[in-house]
Amino acid sequence: MSRRAGAVTPWLLLLPALALLAAFTHWPAVATVWHSVMSTPKKSRPSRFVGLDNYRGMVEDEVFWQALWNNLIFAVGTIPLSIALAIAMALWVDSRLRGRAFLRLAYFTPTVLPMIAVANIWLFFYTPQYGLLEQITSAVGLPSHNWLGDKNTVLGAMIVVAVWKEAGFFMIFYLAALQGISPSLAEAAALEGASRWQYFRRVLFPLLMPTTLFVLINALINSVRMVDHIFVMTRGGPDNASTLLLYYIYQVGFSFWDSGYAAALTVVVLVLLALVALFQFGFLERRTHYR
Amino acid sequence: MGTSTGSPQAPPPAFAIAPASRALETAAAWLLGLLWILPLAYAVWTAFHPAAFSTRFDPTAPLTLQNFANAWHAAPFARYFLNTTLLVTMVLAAQLVLGTLAAYALARFEFRGRDLVFALILLQLMVMPDVLIVENYRTMNALGLRDTIVAIGLPYFASAFGIFLLRQTFKTVPRELDDAARVEGASALQVLLRVYVPLARPVYLAYALVSVSYHWNNFLWPLIISNSVETRPLTVGLQVFSSTDQGVDWSIITAATLMTSAPLLVGFLLFQRQFVQSFMRAGIR
Repeated sequence: MSRRAGAVTPWLLLLPALALLAAFTHWPAVATVWHSVMSTPKKSRPSRFVGLDNYRGMVEDEVFWQALWNNLIFAVGTIPLSIALAIAMALWVDSRLRGRAFLRLAYFTPTVLPMIAVANIWLFFYTPQYGLLEQITSAVGLPSHNWLGDKNTVLGAMIVVAVWKEAGFFMIFYLAALQGISPSLAEAAALEGASRWQYFRRVLFPLLMPTTLFVLINALINSVRMVDHIFVMTRGGPDNASTLLLYYIYQVGFSFWDSGYAAALTVVVLVLLALVALFQFGFLERRTHYR
Repeated sequence: MGTSTGSPQAPPPAFAIAPASRALETAAAWLLGLLWILPLAYAVWTAFHPAAFSTRFDPTAPLTLQNFANAWHAAPFARYFLNTTLLVTMVLAAQLVLGTLAAYALARFEFRGRDLVFALILLQLMVMPDVLIVENYRTMNALGLRDTIVAIGLPYFASAFGIFLLRQTFKTVPRELDDAARVEGASALQVLLRVYVPLARPVYLAYALVSVSYHWNNFLWPLIISNSVETRPLTVGLQVFSSTDQGVDWSIITAATLMTSAPLLVGFLLFQRQFVQSFMRAGIR
């Protein structure tokens, strides 16, 4: 093969993928920033440069702050709980528990269901009067409660759905990691007189750190991306109590058709994702490299 | 990190566990398992029983498929199934072809700017098309592709994740095999097809399962870019159906919900081990 052909071949191989990535990832990411300093085109008036007007509007937009705050609560409520449950699930499925084949199936099944379908099922589950939850609480004698209709409980109800959907997915990564850990470590720890809890805290958990990092990054990205259930369950209500950032972008961009402001909101999401990336490469990668 | 998966034998217990605490733990594991299956079981109950029993648990309640029949006829689900099938097939085919070519270039060619290109590709792992909906809508509009199945799939054709996964796999192929084929006069493309692709078959299968379930389930972008029965995938069709037509007829809504999830659910139950292994393999980077 001639040297020249050798230099061109890799670029030809990369060309289709790079062209599409440029068109639908790199260009839109850059264009978002550009469009965020432009006004939304109207029939009578084309788009023009408005500087930071969209961002100024954002600072004064209470719904934006509410969505950002909700998203933070959603992330904080979802991530630690689903990771803790995922570790417990993996330990149980990996141990000699009775019926662990069924348990693995039960834990993992939510992962393969579409979020839209899951949301329908949970909407039914939460329905006042008819829903299973209501039937259980009323059987125990608790008062009726509209979980999705109350500002104070709607976000919590959403967090439960997200944890239910994600924990089984994270479980399989821990399962893979656990199967790569030699049982002789546990034997050695037992010989040294360590309790099971000490073994978990001092040996197992540190060894699982790379997995936890991977799962954490995934969970952080998901907490920004996961909004499908809102369309079915609450549409952001009541009173924006369950609006998340991406859902708000959808509303601004495709219900109010305010593309300039939607671009500015998207920039916020891109900044958040960049922070996640920095966190991954700067801080955590260094700490988990002792393996 | 090991890739050994799903081996059923558990290691012998190193720690002496009191029977009481063992029983307690088993109970906790089962309680969680039942909780996890409960919403689904409830939906199954409602879908397979007449509406009168949808919220009343009577073991003698008659079973019925009428809810599924009603749902099927109440909305163009056959068309939605067709759309989704076309969509996932098209996306997967494009991802496999583009990903294979790009991964091969990154794994086995030395050229200037390779690391930069790789970094630019990996950027998509953080900035997914899912969050760039506003700009991508603008682009599709400009291309005149709005409300087409191609537009639903196009932003996902080049998948950073697929390229990454295949690159890692191709890097493990022994150089000698590559060289031997080249000595026999095979071109770069022939080497790729004869040596690399066959060796990566399990990775292709793993990636295919993950990709199909992702795009079968995808909702937000299809919702925005599709606007007619002819293009709408199942997820959007289900949302339109359950939010407008049905009011609160839960029997029919749960039947439609289970119907749209059924292919994935049945596939998962039949190929449970492959599914779990695929997700596991795909996730370990």
